[in-house]
Amino acid sequence: MNILVPLIVVFPVLGVLVLGFLGSRIKNEKLIGIFGSGMVGLSFVASVWIFVSMLSWDEASRRFTVELFPWISTFTSTSSSLSVSIAYQIDQLSILMTLIVTGVGFLIHVYSIGYMHGDPGFWRFFTYMNLFIVAMLNLVLADNFLLMFLGWEGVGLCSYLLIGFWYDRKFETGGYKPGTGWAGDAAKKAFIVNRIGDVGFLLAMFLMFNRFGSLNFDTVFGAASVLSPGNETILWITMLLFLGATGKSAQIPLYVWLPDAMAGPTPVSALIHAATMVTAGVYMVARCSVLFALAPATMTTIAVIGAATAVFAATMGLVQNDIKKILAYSTVSQLGYMFLAMGVAAFGAGVFHLMTHAFFKALLFLGSGAVIHAMHDEQDVQKMGGLKSFLPVTYKTFLIGAIAIAGIPPLAGFFSKDEILWKAFSSEYGSPFLWIFGVFGAFLTAFYVFRLVSLTFDGKPRFDSHKVHPHEAPRTMTVPLIILAALSTVGGFVGVPESLFGGNALEHWLEPVFRTANAKLGLDHHGPVLVEYILMAFSVGVAAAGIVFARFVYLKRQDIADSLQARFSSLHKLLFNKYYVDEMYDGAIVRPTVRLSEHLLWKGIDISIIDGLVNGAAKVVAWSAQGIRKWQTGVAQVYATAFLAGILLVLSWLIFK
Amino acid sequence: MTEYLLTGITFLPVAGIAALLLMGNENARMIKVAGMVSACATFFLSLFLLADFDSAAGGYQFVQSALWIEGLNIGYVVGIDGMSLLLVLLTTFLTPIALLGTWNSVSHRLKEYTMMVLLLEVGMTGVFVSLDLFLFYVFWEAMLIPMYFIIGIWGGQDRVYAAVKFFLFTLFGSLLMLVAILALGLYAAGVPEGSFTTDLRTLIDAASGMPAALQLWLFLAFALSFAIKVPLFPLHTWLPDAHVQAPTAGSVILAGVLLKMGTYGFIRFCLPLFPQAALDTAPYLSALAVVGIIYGALVAMVQTDIKKLVAYSSVSHLGFVVLGIFSMTEEGMQGAIIQMINHGLSTGALFLLVGMIYDRAHTRLIADFGGVARVMPVFASFFMIITLSSIGLPGLNGFVGEFLILLGSFKSAALGSVVFTVIASTGVVFAAVYMLWMFQRVMFGPVRDGGLYHGHQLKDLSVREIAALVPIVILVVWIGLYPSTFLSMSGTFARDAVKKIEEVRTGTIRTANMNLLRRP
Repeated sequence: MNILVPLIVVFPVLGVLVLGFLGSRIKNEKLIGIFGSGMVGLSFVASVWIFVSMLSWDEASRRFTVELFPWISTFTSTSSSLSVSIAYQIDQLSILMTLIVTGVGFLIHVYSIGYMHGDPGFWRFFTYMNLFIVAMLNLVLADNFLLMFLGWEGVGLCSYLLIGFWYDRKFETGGYKPGTGWAGDAAKKAFIVNRIGDVGFLLAMFLMFNRFGSLNFDTVFGAASVLSPGNETILWITMLLFLGATGKSAQIPLYVWLPDAMAGPTPVSALIHAATMVTAGVYMVARCSVLFALAPATMTTIAVIGAATAVFAATMGLVQNDIKKILAYSTVSQLGYMFLAMGVAAFGAGVFHLMTHAFFKALLFLGSGAVIHAMHDEQDVQKMGGLKSFLPVTYKTFLIGAIAIAGIPPLAGFFSKDEILWKAFSSEYGSPFLWIFGVFGAFLTAFYVFRLVSLTFDGKPRFDSHKVHPHEAPRTMTVPLIILAALSTVGGFVGVPESLFGGNALEHWLEPVFRTANAKLGLDHHGPVLVEYILMAFSVGVAAAGIVFARFVYLKRQDIADSLQARFSSLHKLLFNKYYVDEMYDGAIVRPTVRLSEHLLWKGIDISIIDGLVNGAAKVVAWSAQGIRKWQTGVAQVYATAFLAGILLVLSWLIFK
Repeated sequence: MTEYLLTGITFLPVAGIAALLLMGNENARMIKVAGMVSACATFFLSLFLLADFDSAAGGYQFVQSALWIEGLNIGYVVGIDGMSLLLVLLTTFLTPIALLGTWNSVSHRLKEYTMMVLLLEVGMTGVFVSLDLFLFYVFWEAMLIPMYFIIGIWGGQDRVYAAVKFFLFTLFGSLLMLVAILALGLYAAGVPEGSFTTDLRTLIDAASGMPAALQLWLFLAFALSFAIKVPLFPLHTWLPDAHVQAPTAGSVILAGVLLKMGTYGFIRFCLPLFPQAALDTAPYLSALAVVGIIYGALVAMVQTDIKKLVAYSSVSHLGFVVLGIFSMTEEGMQGAIIQMINHGLSTGALFLLVGMIYDRAHTRLIADFGGVARVMPVFASFFMIITLSSIGLPGLNGFVGEFLILLGSFKSAALGSVVFTVIASTGVVFAAVYMLWMFQRVMFGPVRDGGLYHGHQLKDLSVREIAALVPIVILVVWIGLYPSTFLSMSGTFARDAVKKIEEVRTGTIRTANMNLLRRP
């Protein structure tokens, strides 16, 4: 078993090395695609093997660590100094994440064989994708914060490389100045915004090391678990960690990079910017549940930011026309739900939603990829319509994804989202206000996703059918869609709550991971089942209303949409321009910093003041030398006169002193 | 046998210089090969150090000692510990790479140029192995001369201005250091049973009872000289000019090795000789370091010339090293040492890369480029890896140093505040900003004017150029994933260095009580 754990990572590492060094020489696209996907597939097989074995083990042995080699250590042979290893920890949470990452990752790799067909950078794409899997696995399997940070920044790098994959293309930035961004801009923005969050992660590690003398999960959590809630150091640590999470998982205020990240190829959006990487923040909070449980103030912050992001992002998704942008805002919004869950101490529910979201959001993105593929790179939903007869498989699977995300039972999204809403309402850390936000967000979700479905697949075609001939995608693309649709349909059954006579298997599976945190929080309250039923019915009703309303407006009465847009034109403009947040950041932070650096620091301090002093000193020397030099005229009479004057001076001084 | 090893490594390039002297000017290829052979032989000789070095042992190893100037007790004393071992290896490693990477860049007075590079190597290695302050001073100044000529003769348009500026800045500092060396020697003569000496080991013992006021003055004299060399804000303005004007090999060595002289000096001399003064000034020097980290990064961000951008980034990176040193913690010290190596590798490589594209396009302005990744994919890949190393991506070398430094400064009792670390940490964001922005403007976007840059077609890297870069990339990844190889070499040294300071701080060692800076 111990050999299998490193193998999970070794396979994609092999993929990176082989494709990175030899990829450009392999002319056969298929070979590259099969090899790249195969490595992730093998990694998935290894994780399944471990998972299946774990099922038969007792609880204590389900958690074990495999240490590979020492990584960073000071070698000063003092016990208090740093020593960190490359070591992987398997437990109920990390194996679940590994299964999602490698499983969904494998499907998306296979899909990419069809989607990236003919791209000159085919090998480069698969190299980066494999590298991403490596980084993401390190993130979820790490047994210490530093290795997790390696994965954390590593996935950021892959995100950068893949957003900028088509670095010589432009993309629609959306908003009031469309079509102005280069893919490279979006890539850079993603990396830098993530780095701002990473500073928080770094500082949290420093604090932790300072307080606990270690960066190992076991040591830190063990030492923290004896502390009582409200500890100030823990408050800072968790706040800083959460800052890191807002960057990686695109929450307020650092969400701005994710919509632009859609400049990357669609499989990238599906894998990195929907199913896996962006959930890293949620995973991290879940992993550190012990710490967060000790910081009630941080928990509240997370819940509020999560709920706010869920609604805020959904409103922007209402009016976008770029098919991927709508899904991007939807991702930001769904991540908000996961954080809402974390914030109300429903760790299991958050991870549950992370899983179901990985299924249906990957499905929706890959479906949108099939649409874009069919429409010859058109992404504007206003220029689509009626595609369901051209793309039957894509349509059916997409519809399943849409119903799942809208939260209609019995599809996957219903169970996970409803559990979050229920906990937001009933948990000691929740509140009816959070529930209202959540339900309002659910209405918006149902609306924007069915606006998307209606505009894309229903109605009459709004494209020039002489120029564009939509066609169904190849099998490498449709098969992953079908598998993901199946998962989106049944994926929720692992978490059917007891009130619906389910076993809630997932929650029981994860329970040991969150046991300490739950004990700290003193959670045992479940709330009256009747209330749960009422709220459940209400939220399903709201979602159904959103669907019906969207279909009514966009299929039957387009005029309502137009008149609403006309009546609330300033609101529409505000939403369409994404609340001008990008412009605000640009005007308040980016530009002033650049201007200050150029004019004050460089041209002012460096060139004028410091170099002015240096060159000035040199000039004074040169200038005085110029003056004194003139006395050396070379004329003997002048020297003689000077001698005489000098002698007279000395004599007169001697005489008259 | 091993006692002659350091002398052999230091002066082996002289054999190359002698061989070059006997050669004619006509055969350029032979001159280059002779230079290369000499530099490579030195590198291989230096590898023997690894075989016999005992990283668990404290103190100096491979010590060779001889009396040089009898009346003054000035000796020829060389020896290394874990820190200088790494720096000697860095020097002997980077010199052949600099020569190889700029094989065809210089044609004017090639023989003299090659001789100057080799002479520079002698000076640099000498600085790192000297255990006698007078000997150290001789090498320190000797190093200036070849660098002055390299910039002044083979440099760019404003080379003379840059060369003179470089020379005068450094000389200004080192003269004060000379005075301080003499004062130290005289102080040693004044202690019971003492005599005038410049032997570092004797001086450290002799200086242990030095009054705080004298400590502070002598410390400041040394520190000024080293701060200019680092360069520490606001003494850094010679650096951008020197770098931009220097030929590529000059920039590589200047950034790779010469910029380590200052931080090396701090660790080798300032800390053990004047521990109390170092402790007292630590917050002030760290403040300058932190200002340098942010300032260097912000100014780098708005540069229009790639080379100048890299030059300013050095100000930022070296700020991290100084912060690590004055955190006076094991993590900070180890981080500072490994970061010196890291900066030598990645900034050296960056200057090589900039030189390679300059050789092709004859311009270094960022605005003249765009879409280069399409035209030169191999070049772009190397550039990307080195860029990531420079911005401290975990898994590559830069992160190991930066992380240890920040961790050390955070827990530092000598600094006594986490503000230094908090501000310095934001430097990692700015580093990403200036490097990635530059990378994007040069590499991404559409290909320029049908592939013509400044009127030149760009060809991807040649085998020779790749051969120069590959060893660096291997080390970049090696240090990033398995830094133990290198950290273990300097571990004992770092522990002992920090222990001594810590004893002074906690009062285990009592020094004279006067504390100038903290007096009301």
